[in-house]
Amino acid sequence: MTIVKTKYGRRSFIKTTVLAGGGMLLGFSWLAGCKPAGSRGEAALELPDEWFEINGFIKIGDNGVVTIMSPNPEIGQNVKTSMPMIVAEELDVDWARVVVEQAPLNTEIFTRQLAGGSQSIRQGWHSLRMAGATARHMLRQAAANAWGVPFDEVTTEMGLLKHEASGRTAHYGEFASAAARLPVPEEVQLKDPKEFRIIGTSRKNVDGQKIVTGQPLFGLDYRRDGMLIAMAVHAPAFGMKLKSVDDRAARSMPGIVDVFPIKTYADDYERQWCDTDAFNEKVVVVGRSTWEVMQARKALRIEWEPAAPLESTDGHRVAMDVLAARKARVVRRDGDPEAMFAKAARIIERTYTAPFLAHNTMEPMNFFAHVTDERAELVGPTQTPEFMEKSLAARLGLPLEKIDIQMTRQGGGFGRRLYGHFMVEAALISKQVGAPVKLIYTREDDMTFGNYRPAYRATYRAALDEAGNLLAFHVRAGGIPESPLFPDRFPAGAVDHYLAEVWSADSNISVGAWRAPRSNFIAGAEQAFLDELAEAMGKDPIDLRLELLARAAARPVGDHNDYDPERYAGVLKLVREKSGWGQPLPQGVGRGVAAYYCHNSYVAQVVDLRVEKGKPIIEKVCCAVDCGIVVNPDAAVNMVEGGTVDGIGHALYSELTFTNGAPDQTNFDRYRLIRHGEAPKAIEVHFVESDEHPTGLGEPPLPPVMGALANAIYRATGKRVYHQPFIKELRSQLPG
Amino acid sequence: MAVFTLNVNGKRYEVDVDPATPMLWVLRDHLNLVGTKYGCGIAQCGACTIHLDDVAVRSCMLPVSQVGNRRITTIEGLSANGDHPLQRAWLEHDVPQCGYCQAGQIMNAAALLKANPNPTDEEIEAAMHGNLCRCGTYTRIKAAIKSVVKG
Ligand code: FES
Ligand code: FES
Repeated sequence: MTIVKTKYGRRSFIKTTVLAGGGMLLGFSWLAGCKPAGSRGEAALELPDEWFEINGFIKIGDNGVVTIMSPNPEIGQNVKTSMPMIVAEELDVDWARVVVEQAPLNTEIFTRQLAGGSQSIRQGWHSLRMAGATARHMLRQAAANAWGVPFDEVTTEMGLLKHEASGRTAHYGEFASAAARLPVPEEVQLKDPKEFRIIGTSRKNVDGQKIVTGQPLFGLDYRRDGMLIAMAVHAPAFGMKLKSVDDRAARSMPGIVDVFPIKTYADDYERQWCDTDAFNEKVVVVGRSTWEVMQARKALRIEWEPAAPLESTDGHRVAMDVLAARKARVVRRDGDPEAMFAKAARIIERTYTAPFLAHNTMEPMNFFAHVTDERAELVGPTQTPEFMEKSLAARLGLPLEKIDIQMTRQGGGFGRRLYGHFMVEAALISKQVGAPVKLIYTREDDMTFGNYRPAYRATYRAALDEAGNLLAFHVRAGGIPESPLFPDRFPAGAVDHYLAEVWSADSNISVGAWRAPRSNFIAGAEQAFLDELAEAMGKDPIDLRLELLARAAARPVGDHNDYDPERYAGVLKLVREKSGWGQPLPQGVGRGVAAYYCHNSYVAQVVDLRVEKGKPIIEKVCCAVDCGIVVNPDAAVNMVEGGTVDGIGHALYSELTFTNGAPDQTNFDRYRLIRHGEAPKAIEVHFVESDEHPTGLGEPPLPPVMGALANAIYRATGKRVYHQPFIKELRSQLPG
Repeated sequence: MAVFTLNVNGKRYEVDVDPATPMLWVLRDHLNLVGTKYGCGIAQCGACTIHLDDVAVRSCMLPVSQVGNRRITTIEGLSANGDHPLQRAWLEHDVPQCGYCQAGQIMNAAALLKANPNPTDEEIEAAMHGNLCRCGTYTRIKAAIKSVVKG
């Protein structure tokens, strides 16, 4: 047991209120069915007559059923299951008697209600455990008081309170009312990880049954009586603005209620980071049904005019070539790299590029809003409710406490729903028409209005001496509109003479965080370069990395290297063992390795593939992961599989290009996403056994696999690929 | 506008809509059956897959006027208690990540198995080609389908 003080400013533990009947004050009753957390179609749990709120995370029914609020946005990363598991662990309850509810935005109770940076579990870990442990403590105290026995003699087991000496037992529900009235304890006991019986065991998705039976769960599924449907038309190209609208034909179409322009953010508003919006002026069509609104938009006559340069991919390429050839801003220099390059016996130099990417969440952007003069109610998919509450308050001129945001399950996030302009749009539209409104983006709206992954380019250079020893390492990386480089990441710290430089080119194409920002390119480039370096040095690619990591562990260069070389080496060793590295492969199969550290987790991957007529067939990917304690192992495996498929898919197939400011790909007919038959035939996932604080998994598996893929392509074909999407390069290598 | 009588999940419905309205929006907006999802609107993602009689179709490109008296089955009506072997297999394999594409995946797989109860890996891949999963759950989807084939 660990004794932990509860006094660390968590307001959720100060507030203990007893709710009378139903007790759904915090509930999201539209989405909440009373199904056990492990719902696999078992009979629904019996509802209690009364709920008692022990703290902001936990309500206990008089029959012992427990409701656990899941605070963070669920975008497919499984936090709606894994975060409540952590609470349930410390509360010591039977998971089958737990109901999980999505908590609304509530900054009084919860901290960091955000989905981003793979941080939900890492940053929630302590407060989730404390929530459970505090409630357990109060239940024990209530039982001790009632039974007239010392607190220490009251134990718990799976939702039962026990006093061994007297043989008394009671379920939590019997003391929930009394516990809710007790003061919050000053200190509580946390379990020793060895005592965990929920954390570290696989628990099914709490929404599984609803997902496979098509129950309403997502933002697009939300509806309210009298709700209207709205769509917002934005400029067809980045750099254009609204000139004039002729809406006469559209207005007279069946089912159309109103057509009007909106300005999402006021001109004098100082935007937050999450207020990115390249198309601030939009033309809105509001009607009774989705199809009618879609038809009416086609009847709009809108003139747009250029207000800024209309950029094209060809122009971007030229700009990047020019900038990459110049000296750039030095962000890290160790030793004297220039001198080493001057005296090198051999210099290897390679350039890597990757295009813009759209997020393409399967569920397009959408939001429900009902705004009156007094308050604003918003329901839908967002990764940043806490931030967007501020944007909404500012735009609507309402105080924060009048903005009520509820989160639905979200059909993917990948970073796109960090940028909540669509929430503001929905709110403005509802206010204007005086009715509840659901704003829907079509796929085309969604794809052409991205906060895209930037286009990147990196040049790596290595200086070798006569004997093939590494003398110096140089990376110069940039992009539109930002550089992808992390100057303090491996191999910085492992090389005496090291130089990192960055450059960037301005653009009016809006970009944002896309699953594993910057790492989603630089990892693949760096890991492909290390593969070539190993070959030039005559070393096994894993051995080279391990030698460099051993150097960084024993005698690090510089004192702010952003990784733990031992954990890094740990995943490489694990993947070497599990993948059968070095063993012979079937004819035609190439094997590549990569490892990377980002978002606090370490991942190494080995890819086995064949290339047939320019088409890669991925036989297998073996993954080794160190993310500390694994909360929900099978769900964690699912995340790693997903990140692996996503990384391979985007590196091989996807790109977003521009002509005169307009995206050339507007839907899935031209935008290539990886499909069933192109996915790896098998993905194996191994976790490093660990007692370390848990870290995230939403992003870390994606970046390295891009490098492992490129390296495997080389081993299979004898040709290196440098420019994503690799499928184009593979095709261009085909004879004839 | 015109009135259409539809047989959806064994129930009769009447809707008064523009004859060009795709079944997807009839289901979602007019019948409040929202399990069928919108992903692309141009038959490229499979999120909107339903059965017309026993055949999987993309409801986003199927005008209501072309349905006639054929039976429509949506994810809500695939089984009486949410216990179609594929639905059970999906839960057993804990397939979903975000979950948004999964109704379409299940409907497409169910039509495949009805037509071909013992598909090979290649046949599964070919049949599922039109169903995108942005979260990358493809290996689990395949494992779930195969577990039903074997069973
Ligand atoms: S919505 Fe019909 S196939 Fe994509
Ligand atoms: S589970 Fe998210 S799109 Fe398939």
